Formats: sequence, structure tokens, C-alpha cells
Amino acid sequence: MSDDEVKKFLYVNRKAPYGTIYAQESLEVVLIGAAFDQDVAMAFLDDGVFQLTKGQDTKGTGLKNFSPTYRALGDYEVTKLYVEQESLDERGLTLDDLQDIQYEDEDDDYAEKPSIIVVSRDQMASLMAEQDVILSF
Amino acid sequence: MKFGIVVNEGPYTHQASDSAYNFVKAALAKGHEVSRVFFYHDGVNVGTRLTIPPQDDRQIQEQWSALAKEHELDLVICIAAAQRRGLLDENEAKRQGKDADNIAEGFRISGLGQLIEMGIEADRTITFGD
Amino acid sequence: MATLHTVNRSPFQDQALLSCLRHVKKGDSVLLFEDGVYGAMSGTALSDTVAELGADVSVYALDADVAARGIDSARLLEGVALVDYAGFVDLAANTERTQNWL
Repeated sequence: MSDDEVKKFLYVNRKAPYGTIYAQESLEVVLIGAAFDQDVAMAFLDDGVFQLTKGQDTKGTGLKNFSPTYRALGDYEVTKLYVEQESLDERGLTLDDLQDIQYEDEDDDYAEKPSIIVVSRDQMASLMAEQDVILSF
Repeated sequence: MKFGIVVNEGPYTHQASDSAYNFVKAALAKGHEVSRVFFYHDGVNVGTRLTIPPQDDRQIQEQWSALAKEHELDLVICIAAAQRRGLLDENEAKRQGKDADNIAEGFRISGLGQLIEMGIEADRTITFGD
Repeated sequence: MATLHTVNRSPFQDQALLSCLRHVKKGDSVLLFEDGVYGAMSGTALSDTVAELGADVSVYALDADVAARGIDSARLLEGVALVDYAGFVDLAANTERTQNWL
């Protein structure tokens, strides 16, 4: 692979936020990685879907609430957040329980478009199978 | 083939750094290249030189330092994760006004960009974690 | 175009193995190591599920981790092949990508 070729990176998130640091430090990788102009997507499955829920309020815990950062991902041109339907279903969640995360599509007169793409488990498996680099946290 | 390795868990608590070490040794023995080992999350704790494990146990940091010396491995400790957990090299200790540093020989502290760069350059990226 | 999947956690403790097996593609390889090797045992409450979900993939267990946990190779699921660290390296080299189910 030549140096100027773009690789497909998938960041796989399977863990809930706060109980452990993985979700937060994963987000830090994604933000730094955005500067490298690769083809980046994030996958949220299993407990990873809990990272995207609305209404997170960490005041009583002393932990930093990093959930607003997901809404800023579009500014870093991270615009593909794949969320697995079965993982939502298993946890009694629907798309309405997740934050409204949007990006401005510069190829479409900066129209605001949703970053979250809900996919089936089979579609998630196919997405994983077409990556060059999969980083899991 | 060029391997990039990520270690996400701390030594002794978790087997990840042992598994990664055994994998890297096996890869090198087969003539592969290991372009970088990136220590993230609690994995950064592998790189402190101040550990004193019992004598009848393996010396995880020393094993890595020796392997790095022998094969000129690039052992990179993530600076953001390291700062949270108290891993400092001499420069960083000075810059932050801390009274000591603790980074072991063969390790260097650098940014998360090194992880992404490794993913771009390596043929395979393998993560050892939990 | 195959993927090497690795699982290092016990399936009795968490969902990594089952989630992995629900996302594999035919012809992929799954390597169980560290506590993941408990997922390779026969005669457990999960054996049939693992055998069923893993029917279209090659399942391997890391010999050093199997031995460390005192698992007799006769207790492994049929079709599970033992590999050493060199075999782990080969699996990673001979597949297109590695996905680690952390």
C-alpha cells in the first residue's frame, strides 16, 4: 500500500461509559486520528450503544461528562457512527434515546445530516469485514 | 510483514502485556518486523522503571526493555494516558514541575498520533487488552 | 478477505465471544487466548452455542493459555485446533485484518 493511499479505520466501541475509561480514551484517539485524513468510521455495539445516550449527567459522580464530545465529531469530519439495531433492542433502547448527532455536509451546501446510521447485526458484520484497521477499546 | 501492536492493560493485573510480549517475540523470531508497540490506557504502566516485582516472578518492564534493545523496537507510551497515571520522562517532569521521572529504558513518551500512524504504516494492527 | 478475530475473555464472564461469533463471516478464524480459552471447552453450558455459532469459522485456542489453566486438550470442543504463539502470528499474517474483541 503506497503512502498516499487512504486506509479504512473502524473504531469499535463495545463498552459503556464511566464505569471504565475505555470509552473516553477511545474518543481521544478518534479526535487525534481525524487529523490523519483516513477513511474513519465508528461502530457502537453491545454496551457501546450506552455511550451515545441522551441525558448523561455526571455531576454526582465527580467524573467528567464527555458525552457532548460525540456531538462535536462532525467538526472533526468523523461523520459515520454505525449503531447496531440488535444491541439497542437488547437494551430496551431506540434511536430516540440517543443524542441527536449531526454533521454539515460540505458537498451538499453544508446541509445538516445525521451522523448516526442504525444498521443490523449482519450489516455491522459486513462493515467490519471491509476495514483495513480495526481498533477496539 | 509489518506488525503494529497495542497494549491496553497494566502489567501484573492483566495478562495483556505478557501476551503481547510473547506475540512480539514470536513474530520477530519468524522474521517479521514489529514497527511499533503502543502502550495505551493502563498499558502505559508497563513503562515505569520503578517496579520491584518479587524475584521469582517475571520482570515485565525489563523484558520489554531488553527486547527493545535487542531488536531496536519502538516502544511508545501515550502521553495523554501517561500523564493521567503518573508516567513521566525527564523532559515532561521538568516541564510539569514534578520532582521525579520514572520512564524505563527503551520506552519513549509520545502522542496518540503515533498510534494512528502505526495503524497506517503496519500491515496488521493487533490489540492486547480487556 | 478473511478476518482473524481474537477473544481473551471468558464467555461465562462477558459477551465478547458470543458477540464475536455473531459477527464472523464464513471462512474467518477465531483465536481464543488468555481467559478466552474457557470458551473452547466442551461439556459446558455454552459449548453447544459456541459450536453452533462457530460452525462456519476455524476456531483455535492458544496452547500456552490452555495449559496454564489446566485444561486437558481432551476437554476441548471438537474441531478446536491448538496453536502456539508462532501459530498466532501466522494466523494474523495470513488473514486480511485482525479484530480484537475486547
